[in-house]
Amino acid sequence: MNLLSELVDGTQVVRVDEERIDAAVAIHFKDRMRELAAEAGNRLILDLARVTFVDSSGLGAIVAVMKFLAPACRLELAALTPNVSKVFHMTRMDTVFAIHPAVPGERAAQAL
Amino acid sequence: MTEPSLQIRFAATESAVRPVLRQTLRRFADRLSEEDAGNLELALAEVLNNIVEHAFAGRPPGYVHLAVTRESAAVFCRVEDDGQPMPGLRLPKGAFAPVAERIEDRAEGGWGWALIRALTFDLAYERTACRNYLTFRVPAATLGAGASGSG
Repeated sequence: MNLLSELVDGTQVVRVDEERIDAAVAIHFKDRMRELAAEAGNRLILDLARVTFVDSSGLGAIVAVMKFLAPACRLELAALTPNVSKVFHMTRMDTVFAIHPAVPGERAAQAL
Repeated sequence: MTEPSLQIRFAATESAVRPVLRQTLRRFADRLSEEDAGNLELALAEVLNNIVEHAFAGRPPGYVHLAVTRESAAVFCRVEDDGQPMPGLRLPKGAFAPVAERIEDRAEGGWGWALIRALTFDLAYERTACRNYLTFRVPAATLGAGASGSG
């Protein structure tokens, strides 16, 4: 599972360089996030622009990351694609995360 | 003209679900809007993951038969497996729980059946001769005439 961590304006951004966060990778995703978050400050932004599919296992893994980062670090989400946005909305998980249309500090129109 | 359909038989392992979803979505890609395809993929993913994780929990994986048919206003799915029956021989209620106030109390799962129920209609379960039969439909709008691929 490819997760790319970088600092954008002093905030840690983890870009999920995968199309899916699903049952097949949920545990691996949690483990990798735990490693990457060791250097996190008071917030971490998960860039989901490339992710087109999240199932309930993937969603559970993202919530688990939020829980183990708290309270020192807040997990925020950015650039949800329509299918992913829908899963967050249906499960009401869109009410527990700050969700940004794009990674703050990065120009939305910037091609990656 | 016969309705396009697909039948897949696969061993109920965690690694089988992704390729089965990919094959199914590819088969119907040109006959579904992006949104309907997304709903079909999520509903099927939740159903198949449940079978892999629960019906065959603690026993060697058996086989799952999946049949998918494009109907005029829906996609019909029939999933058959020889795993353990649903507890109480019924489908779980599957409602979305309210979000817990405290972060440490928040659930990290339990959305599967609620998602399936929200994404499908005509959901039915039957246990016959040591096999589970689950049928459901996912709404799917008819695409405009024109670009329909062959095969």
